[in-house]
Amino acid sequence: MIAFVHRQSWVLGLIVLFAFLLAGTWAIQPDYGAGGVGSLVRAALPYAFAVAAQTIVVIGGGIDLSIAAMMALTSVTAARLMTGASEEFAILVVPLVLLLGLVLGAINGILIVITRVPDIIVTLAMLFVWQGAALLVLESPGGGAAEWLRALVVGTASMPGVPEAITQWIPKALVLVLVCLGIVWIPLHRSRLGLSIYAIGSSSLAAFRSGVAVERTKIASYAVAGLFAGMGGLALTLSTGIGAPIPGPYLLASVAAVVLGGVTLGGGRGGLIGPIVAVFVLRLLRSDLTLLAVDPNVATIVEGTIMVIVVMLGAFIAMRGRTS
Amino acid sequence: MSQMETAAAVPLGRRIRRLMSDQPLIPLIILLIVLVIILQILRPGIVNERWIANTIKFAIPLAILAACQTMTMLTGGIDLSVSTVATMAAFITATQAVAHDPAVAMLIALVPALAIGLANGIGVGIFRVHPLIMTLGTSLVGVGFLQVYQRTVIATGTNIPASLAWLATGITYGIPNALLLFVPLAALIIFTLRRTGFGRLLYAVGDNEKAARLSGVQYWQVILALYVVSALLAGVTGLVYLGLIKAPSLSLAEPLLLPSVAAAVIGGTSIFGGRGGYAGAIVGALILAVLTTLLTVLQMPEGARRILFGLIVLAVSAAYLRIIEDR
Repeated sequence: MIAFVHRQSWVLGLIVLFAFLLAGTWAIQPDYGAGGVGSLVRAALPYAFAVAAQTIVVIGGGIDLSIAAMMALTSVTAARLMTGASEEFAILVVPLVLLLGLVLGAINGILIVITRVPDIIVTLAMLFVWQGAALLVLESPGGGAAEWLRALVVGTASMPGVPEAITQWIPKALVLVLVCLGIVWIPLHRSRLGLSIYAIGSSSLAAFRSGVAVERTKIASYAVAGLFAGMGGLALTLSTGIGAPIPGPYLLASVAAVVLGGVTLGGGRGGLIGPIVAVFVLRLLRSDLTLLAVDPNVATIVEGTIMVIVVMLGAFIAMRGRTS
Repeated sequence: MSQMETAAAVPLGRRIRRLMSDQPLIPLIILLIVLVIILQILRPGIVNERWIANTIKFAIPLAILAACQTMTMLTGGIDLSVSTVATMAAFITATQAVAHDPAVAMLIALVPALAIGLANGIGVGIFRVHPLIMTLGTSLVGVGFLQVYQRTVIATGTNIPASLAWLATGITYGIPNALLLFVPLAALIIFTLRRTGFGRLLYAVGDNEKAARLSGVQYWQVILALYVVSALLAGVTGLVYLGLIKAPSLSLAEPLLLPSVAAAVIGGTSIFGGRGGYAGAIVGALILAVLTTLLTVLQMPEGARRILFGLIVLAVSAAYLRIIEDR
């Protein structure tokens, strides 16, 4: 138990921070209730997928600057395909868009492996490529989304046998994000591939010498990131009802939440829970500042400063841990 | 391209390859000339004195920002706050020049640059935060401050100092005035990197930080000085860019950020530190400027242009890496 607490101390700290923020929210706004939680989760939805994508790449020792652009591309593709199409057609669109995300990510990975150019440069170049492709698919925000798909992210989950008093606190979007991430992450984490991703992030030379197919693992990690980005793009289309070809602020937010979530840049360490909790911490902080009637621009300053300080503290603690 | 030449002259091939890897500037300059020739073929007559002066004018702000990236990359870092710093300097100059003397306005405008540089240096050098995160964070804070500041000056209007406009857009005897600033600046940077102790420290820290520390290098002092210099250079870029574009906005220099990283990378600086130089980055900035005109001339949709831009940057970096690895 103590070992568990010690190992997960960062994540537990984040959860405590989240609880404090939530308590603070109630202190500011006593009638902050199920509705508030629902809109918080809906706002966090695309961020959560972006962060999941970034997390897996960073664990594998890389970094993906093209995540927001991939989300934009998958989002406009989904919106374009669903415009004017029948409701049933959307059943085909979902796997198609997810496959597209997987392929985009795999292309990133393959290019990194064959060109041997550093990850950050390749994904920087691909950021322009995916952004350009998104503009070709849809020049300006538009398109549509099937109603039954949109209903997946709006409202609360109702389960038979569970009283309304409990279900009203569980937004559908939360269930959606947990299910989507869990379906991919849990089997991956337990598989050989998951272990290999941690191994190449920790030391690609040592992994190579222990018989890990480093290049194939790297491509796989980017492909899974692409899949998450595809989910994120889809989530964007579902929650707004349209697709926008200009990438949102997800790149910066994803890197920030990954670091805040206890994943070391450089790879090999961390999990998915920390970054996901970090996303909710950052979003809740934002809505707290809004509730406090802080000017949104000042809120940006506060958010940035807190991010910098937290990361500094984290780096400082890590440094202390290493020297002692 | 090196492979084509190798195939054409088999006995010479090895020597050409070695020459290219010893003098990495040569393949870059060849690429630049090839791009200009392609442009001339596509649009005969476009390449004239005026076009060259124009291209140089637009390449200079990018080249100065590429200096920030080159120097930080030499230590294994990166500075993603440069575009925010440049935008802040430009916007503050334009608004302060209404009430103050232009010189005073420019000095005021460089204060936030100094502050952000100090913050970056302290975060990266002392607290050992990853440079990517640190500079992204400070740039976020900077954008917030700028938006709040804009609220306070919304009624004052803007005034672009005539001296900046002269410097950035003026042409004397066919030579852009901006070169008056850029040539000494570039010479100073190249001299600093190649011949001074500070330059050697940057390479040393980036090549092997532990070895540098053990030889008595004060890591945090080097990093702090580096990020302050980088931010001040970015501030100067903002001033030049303001004179060039003449329309201050809150996202003025934002489009320069990723190209500045690309210019440094094309110029042969390794993002892992310890290898590279500024001369390559200048050619890299020129290549990107010519490439932009080329893609505009082709009259493609914006999306296709971005795709090509990304692919070319990737192809050039990959080809260049191959040439250097032959060493």
